[in-house]
Amino acid sequence: MSEMNKEAEVPTVNLTINNIPLKVPKGTKIMQAAKEIGIDIPHLCYHEDQRIKAHCRLCSVEVTGRRRLLAACSTEVWEGMEVHTDTPIVRDTQVAILQLMLANHHKDCLSCPRNQNCDLQQLCSRFNIMESHLPSVVKDEPRIVTNPAIVRDPSKCIRCGRCIRACKDVQGIAALTYAHRSSDITVTTAYDKPMERTDCVLCGQCSLVCPTGAIVEKDDTDAVLDALQDPRKHVIVQVAPSVRVALGDAFGMEPGEIVTGQMVTALKLLGFDKVFDTNFGADLTIMEEGSEFLHRLEHGGTFPMITSCSPGWVNFLEKNFGDFTAHLSTAKSPMSMFGAIAKTYYPEKAGIPVEDIVTVSIMPCTAKKYEAARPEMGRDGRRDVDIVLTTRELIKLIKYVGLTFQKLPESDFDSPLGVGTGAGAIFGATGGVMEAALRTVYEKYTGKTLERLDFHAVRGFEGIKEAEVDLGDRKVRVAIAHTLKNARLLMEQVQKHESPYDFIEIMACPGGCIGGGGQPIGTTNAIRKKRMAALYEIDKNLPLRKSHENPEIITLYKEFLGEPLGEKAHELLHTHYHKVEKEYTF
Amino acid sequence: MEKVSFLTRNFGKYDTNSIGSYMKIGGFSALRKAVAMEPLSISDLIASVKVKGRGGAEYDMGRKLSQARAVQGERKVVICNADEGETTTFKDRELIKNDPFNLIEAIIVAGFVVGATDGYIYMRAEYSCFRPLLLNAIRQAKSYGFLGENILGKGFDFNIHLYSGAGAYVCGEGTALIRSLEGKAGRPRMKPPFIKQSGVFARPTCLCNVESLSIVPHLLLDEEQVYAHCGRGDSIGTKMISVAGNVNNPGVFEIPFGITVREIIYELAGGVQKDRHIRLIQFGGASGKVADESILDTPYTYEDLRGAGVMVGSGGLLVIDERTSVLDFLRMNQEFFSEESCGQCTPCREGNLHIKIILEKMAEGRATAEDIRQMHKIARVMSMSSLCGLGETAQNTLLSAMKVFPETFEVGGKRA
Repeated sequence: MSEMNKEAEVPTVNLTINNIPLKVPKGTKIMQAAKEIGIDIPHLCYHEDQRIKAHCRLCSVEVTGRRRLLAACSTEVWEGMEVHTDTPIVRDTQVAILQLMLANHHKDCLSCPRNQNCDLQQLCSRFNIMESHLPSVVKDEPRIVTNPAIVRDPSKCIRCGRCIRACKDVQGIAALTYAHRSSDITVTTAYDKPMERTDCVLCGQCSLVCPTGAIVEKDDTDAVLDALQDPRKHVIVQVAPSVRVALGDAFGMEPGEIVTGQMVTALKLLGFDKVFDTNFGADLTIMEEGSEFLHRLEHGGTFPMITSCSPGWVNFLEKNFGDFTAHLSTAKSPMSMFGAIAKTYYPEKAGIPVEDIVTVSIMPCTAKKYEAARPEMGRDGRRDVDIVLTTRELIKLIKYVGLTFQKLPESDFDSPLGVGTGAGAIFGATGGVMEAALRTVYEKYTGKTLERLDFHAVRGFEGIKEAEVDLGDRKVRVAIAHTLKNARLLMEQVQKHESPYDFIEIMACPGGCIGGGGQPIGTTNAIRKKRMAALYEIDKNLPLRKSHENPEIITLYKEFLGEPLGEKAHELLHTHYHKVEKEYTF
Repeated sequence: MEKVSFLTRNFGKYDTNSIGSYMKIGGFSALRKAVAMEPLSISDLIASVKVKGRGGAEYDMGRKLSQARAVQGERKVVICNADEGETTTFKDRELIKNDPFNLIEAIIVAGFVVGATDGYIYMRAEYSCFRPLLLNAIRQAKSYGFLGENILGKGFDFNIHLYSGAGAYVCGEGTALIRSLEGKAGRPRMKPPFIKQSGVFARPTCLCNVESLSIVPHLLLDEEQVYAHCGRGDSIGTKMISVAGNVNNPGVFEIPFGITVREIIYELAGGVQKDRHIRLIQFGGASGKVADESILDTPYTYEDLRGAGVMVGSGGLLVIDERTSVLDFLRMNQEFFSEESCGQCTPCREGNLHIKIILEKMAEGRATAEDIRQMHKIARVMSMSSLCGLGETAQNTLLSAMKVFPETFEVGGKRA
């Protein structure tokens, strides 16, 4: 009771902003206080999920009695403070800072991947900057295209430092950092090496927070359009579970809105011959990974077993804990399993020559572009997944063909690879793979029907979660981590042989795939939580919520694969990962 | 003109490599006296003679120490800022070179006042030649029990560590200095947290300039109140100044506050070379402001200089004679900041670059009235909105020159 009273008595502070009086909790920053009364103080380096940097100075405001302007992002309000956000010096400063940034920015907006989705562009529009008074000082630096996932364009960088914070504070990697000083300061990698040759795992979290076009996903939309327009090609697409709860953001819908039906319609209108569901692949992954776990339990094997469906995580393990690849599940990711089936079973079933089939996947992820290009993920010199698009690229395609997304009717996925269970759907959230696996593992191990399908202990946004599951004659201890910073903590236990767990799920990105590096610009932790809730909502409302009850999966095993972990399954659906030597250490 | 020797009175009086020699002239008696006093009475004493931070920020030193004492926290730190990166400023160098033991004693006293457990000397890389001197002083002070555990039996534990910078001007700024000291890139960070609460290694930190600290032992032993009787008005005591440029006798001088700028330049510094006219005088280094000859009869005090449009700052005076134009001087000064900005915040990073471009255009006779207007605007935005003191003060010289020498900024006979 006394605890509650204490909470109710958060001290407040009275202040005025542009002569409007308001009362806010002590500790509030000027920027948030202004937001309370509907004033958006311009900002670029500030990001709601990041530590405050106060570098861009665009949020400078006047405070009565202070000789200098104060940064609204970093200055706490005080009793009696008088803030002014619209005086001549404040306006002069905001415009001058934007002018200074523009003079050092490669302004090819019309052909920029972030055109109309760029914080700098929006602010210049807001402040009605019609011409630049300053000469261009931008250095002529080429775009850095060295890997299949992330493209950097230093000439667009405004040095805000958001990417650096995402890489260091969220992922604990610090592949990107500032180098040099004064007007030579730049955001780059150690020794200026290409990103893939640093500790970078291509998770794309940097591209998600970049306010401009300085770090973007590698755009593969042209390749998809070419394939769609080629009459000889049979182009099929699979869509990851997390895309359907994120796509609506870009079309003015509420964050977390479930847009599965409209998304399928849009893909059909784009011209895909078949629209399939990665949830099907997820169910297949559970069949194999669950069986693998049971096999290790019954016949011995490396513990803890760790999931391997997050490509950023796999890259991280290969680079940082390369001696521990035996812990990874050999089961491929849902995308790659789907790809393997799409290039083997599907051509047989559909009667289409495999060389005419183009497989496209829509992923919340930049690292999936790298995963699809791995030599492990193909056969006979042919890739299982030909092209990977991020959610952001799908948004571009939908805009390209001029669809009013919100008004599209709903349609269903195609058969035979279009049915997914609720277990497959929740793959997109941290803890979801574990929950999906537990539903199947429990029933297969005990032979009993699971009464309550919801494993609440493994849900939620906490960095590391753990749970114990009673399988009757034994208990299984599981842990779930999202972000590589948390993954590192669990791996350090493994490294010291101190890990108390049997099974670990790791997702590279915050919140899991719903917060992936390929998701729409503007993704924040608050939005991630809404998407997470949406996935559990999908799961709750589906008639089938256990992977092993997916009828198309049952048919697939019956007609084609045989048994989980069987010879064919092993050949198509499993792989091994390998240690990657670092080019340098610190 | 009266000669004073307060801060410099030990200069040449002892062997700077020998603690015994220092103790023979009364060394460490200030520390003995201090540890018998109430810590706050020491900061009161410093406040009573209005000692202001001598690095350039002019913050009330007594207040700084008492605030640092009031901060709650374990393992507090005192840092002696010996970065002395301000141009035309080399007075701390003389204090280190000629009286290292006084500095060590001063840091220990400051540590006692603050309640610190560690002192760091952050010394600029260019002063590496004094590392053996200071390391020896620290070692000897430790062997005599003035450093280490239970100093002078008072239960006061304190150690001093010497750290060399890597050459960036911005590392004279408190937060950048601390990052550099922690082994990180020396770039400033936003405040809060203020370093008095969370400084080096997140410990409460009190950062003082060499000269500010060096005053303290002398003040403690100043029973006849020599210091208090020096000076003029609120500018009490003496000041170390360094004079550079086109003078006959450049160097470091200790002056009582209140002598005129003319006395400094024409008596102490021996006048302008070949009796040339003075074009301008820059006070307080590259981040300081400029004046023309009309300032010569102004008394050198905090208040009088401020009234004349300049500041004491770091205590540097740069005398530029008639051979150098105001514009050439500004270009040189700008070159410095275009090199030394850390580059994190937009106004300072980009502003310094554009001002440099416009000054070059002026030199080539291509600048328009609009250029001059932009330059003034950028300079003002930089000083109003930059992240740290470097960006805030980088255009002090330009902005003051625009006031003092308006003809330099005329385009086609018209003022911009």
